[in-house]
Formats: sequence, structure tokens, C-alpha cells
Amino acid sequence: MLCDICGKNPATVHLTEIIDDQMNELHLCEQCAHQKSLQMEQQFGLSDLLGGLAEFEKPTTKEKETTVAVKCANCGLTYVDFKKIGRLGCSECYNTFKRYLGPLLKKVHGSIIHFGKSPFKVARVSDKKTDLQALRNQLQKAIETEEFEDAAEIRDKIKELEKKESQNDTEPKEKG
Amino acid sequence: MKLNDLISHSSEWLKGSGPNSDIVISSRIRLARNLEKIPFPHWANKNQNEQVLNTITGAAGKVDYLKGTTTFKLADLDRVDKQFLIERHLMSYEHGQRADNKAVIIDDEEILSIMVNEEDHIRMQVMQSGFNLFEAWNIINRIDDYLAKELNFAFLADWGYLTACPTNTGTGMRGSVMLHLPALVMTTQINRVLAAISKLSFTTRGLYGEGTQATGNFFQVSNQVSLGHSEDDIIENINGLIRQIIEQENQARETMLSRDRAVLEDRINRGFGILKSAHIITSQETIELLSMVRLGCDMGMIKGLDRRTINELFITTQPAHLQKLENKTLASLERDVKRAELIRNKLPK
Repeated sequence: MLCDICGKNPATVHLTEIIDDQMNELHLCEQCAHQKSLQMEQQFGLSDLLGGLAEFEKPTTKEKETTVAVKCANCGLTYVDFKKIGRLGCSECYNTFKRYLGPLLKKVHGSIIHFGKSPFKVARVSDKKTDLQALRNQLQKAIETEEFEDAAEIRDKIKELEKKESQNDTEPKEKG
Repeated sequence: MKLNDLISHSSEWLKGSGPNSDIVISSRIRLARNLEKIPFPHWANKNQNEQVLNTITGAAGKVDYLKGTTTFKLADLDRVDKQFLIERHLMSYEHGQRADNKAVIIDDEEILSIMVNEEDHIRMQVMQSGFNLFEAWNIINRIDDYLAKELNFAFLADWGYLTACPTNTGTGMRGSVMLHLPALVMTTQINRVLAAISKLSFTTRGLYGEGTQATGNFFQVSNQVSLGHSEDDIIENINGLIRQIIEQENQARETMLSRDRAVLEDRINRGFGILKSAHIITSQETIELLSMVRLGCDMGMIKGLDRRTINELFITTQPAHLQKLENKTLASLERDVKRAELIRNKLPK
């Protein structure tokens, strides 16, 4: 099958467009599909996508009002700004918008618990112990607030960490 | 080092060696980092951006490990210079857009590049030739540690490194592997492979990263998820996926050899023939034909040509590189003529 737009190259991308309830199928080559996606990106950018995700949890009217009013004291960005541009204003925004960002991060990454390196200069072993303690605290909190999905994830992380730690105990290994 | 010194020099990641370098061109790890409390580049005012630029370049200057690096302020570079750095994969297209208070720090081997004030305060990347993500991670991890001693990185214990866009929060890490998959494209299996990749939460992009199309059968595969897994685990996941894609590409190459040998030989030698004899050639056609020639070398159908020469041609035939080589601005047709000449000179007669 040849591309519907240029009619020269083989169609490798198949696109279904719905405009005003009219469904339209397009078969495009790589090149024309790229052009098309640039056009679409202009109409529907990543920021919209993130903004859309951010809006996913339907807040009550009262909550809506407070959401609009929340503003980062450090940089002045509002949650509405964030939804518009898809970027946060500064590191403090993460604290300011914590309750809205949690569900968003969960949707994007499938997780809300960091499990990688940290910038703090602490020995790796004690680092893991701190991690474990922090995770146990988080687990307790998640159970109390009945966020069972998060609790299950935290529980798995604890198990994984404990397993790694016991492995390290048996065969000590320098890790960079 | 001056920017023009780079032109006579070949990037480390192009050398065409390293594990699986027949199918894997390069491996790259990038980390996103930000300074605590100072607004992210898009939200900061001019003074804040300037402060970030000075703080970060100052900190890099204090790190012994970064002694051999050069800092280029984007305000000092012209349009061709910026395009030149983009073509060499040393900075992103986005970074070249608004030049105020931005910089890129590069080492002589072009293994490392640190973009200051891109989407985040720091976007650093390490590139390696071939399938070698862990090596790239080992290098960048060390640089990150050194910089963390000099700078206060924005970090939360539960959410990790904080980035301008929540899609990078957590490790702030993106691992990317540049693959050359001509046989999967020719046997029309590539869409199935790409669909599987996206189902597994990985993304594919073209030769020049975000928003670029796949040309000449090159695909860049990267992780999408940056929170919830350690850096080692993320890399291990990418590696597992890449190993499978390599396996599939090898199988497709075998299939073509046994079933469509004549078609394969025709496409490869026809491409080689055009490149050796053309007097006008666009960069698009160059990439497509070089892809065939590269495959011909991998499969032993073209002799006397090494992978490094082909890899370098992918970069040196790009518009800004041609203009740097000629040391003047060239119109589109002039470039096509110079490009053809360069290729004829580099390829065996």
C-alpha cells in the first residue's frame, strides 16, 4: 500500500482521525506521518497531554477553587500555569502541589517512590537502611489513609530492598 | 579547544567499535538535574538564568575530572556553530533555540556534554560507541557525584531528583540506544517491533532525538519511566529489550540472505554505486544509501570500507558540517554538490 499523501513511499503508519464525528483512515509513509504528527503536535502538545492527565481526577467544586488558588510561594507558579505549560516552576512546586502531583506521577511512571541514587554523601549501606526506614514509615501512612495500591507497591519495594541487603551481607560488593 | 577543532576530529561514539557495533551505533545516558529553589530555566528571569549559568560553569571548573572540558556559551555561537553541535549530538535542537544564558560543556573526546539551562538547569549526557549503557552510566554517575559535591541538587527522598517536567522526575535518567535496523524495515517487521517497544513503556525516536523522524533505518530506543526503579534496573530493562531487538534484526538479516539474496545485493550495491558516482546528493538520500552501505559492510558484501568511515559520513555530510569544512555559508544546491564530492573522496574507488 502506498502513502495517501505523497503516493510514492510505502505506507507504514496507519492513522485514524476523527473530526466532527467523521472517521477518516489515513495510510502514511514514515516521512508524511512525521509531517502530520508535527501538525497534530501543534494542536495537541505534550503540555496538553500532561495538563489532561493532571485534570484526570475530577475535583469537587470546592477543591477546584482551592486548586486554582494554590500558588508556589517560591516562584509564583500556579497549578493552572502548570496545566497550561506542562512544566513546573521550581523545585518547591513539588512540595506546593504535592497532593496533585502524586497521582500524576503515579499515572506517568506507575510509581510514586524513588528508588535510585541520591545526591547526599552517605555510605551506601546506611543509605539503604535509611531508605528502608523511610519506606516502612510510608507504608504505615499508606495503610492508615487506605491507599492500598500504593501500600502494595511500597511493600514490594521493601521486600526488594531487604533481599538486596541480605545478598550484600553474604557477598560484600563495592558499588559505585 | 576551539569549536572548529572538532571538525578534524572524530567523536568517540562514532568509532564503530564496542559490543554489537554492527547493529548498535551508540549508547547514551542522560541525567536531568536542577538547583534547589531557583526557578527552572523556562520560568526564571534573566538574572536567575545568569546566576544558574555562572554557578554551574563555576562548579564544573572546580571538578578535577572535568579539567579537559571546554565551555561554550551559546550567545557566542552563530547559527551554523549551533547546528554543528546539534549534528554532532552534543546538544539538543531545543537548546539552540533561545541562546540567552545557556552553555554547553564538552570534553575533547566528545564523550560528555553538559547543557546548562536547557529544559532543566543541567542536562548531562555521556555517549559510548556500541551497546554499552553501563559504561556510559559508570562515567556519568561519577561526574554527577562530583557535581553534587559542588551544587545543591533539588531532590526529595520519596520522589527523587526534581525536574521541570514530571516525566523526568525520579532518577532524571534517560538511557538511549541508537540502533540500525535495515533488515527489520526491509522485511516490514519494524512496525510490529516498534509497537511492542511502546507497549513496554519505551519510546522510539529518530536520529536526532525528540520530535525527529526515523530516517535511514535508524531508531533511538529509550526508557520512558524514570521513577520507581533504580538506575541499574532501568538500564538492565533497556538492555534486555535491546538484546531482543538485536536478535530479531539478526534473524531478519539471515532471512533476507537465504530468501532474497539478490534483492539485498542489489539494494546494497546500487546504493554503494550511487554514493560513489553521484555529483549532487541530498542529506536525506545520503542517509538512506549510507544505511544500505553499512549493511553491506556488516554482511561482508562490501569490502575495504570500515564502519568508522561510514559512521563519520553520516555526520560530516550534514549541512552545518559541510559549511564548517568549506568555511563558508553554502546554499542548498551547493551543499548537495559538496556533499557528493566529500562522499566520493571518502569511499573506495
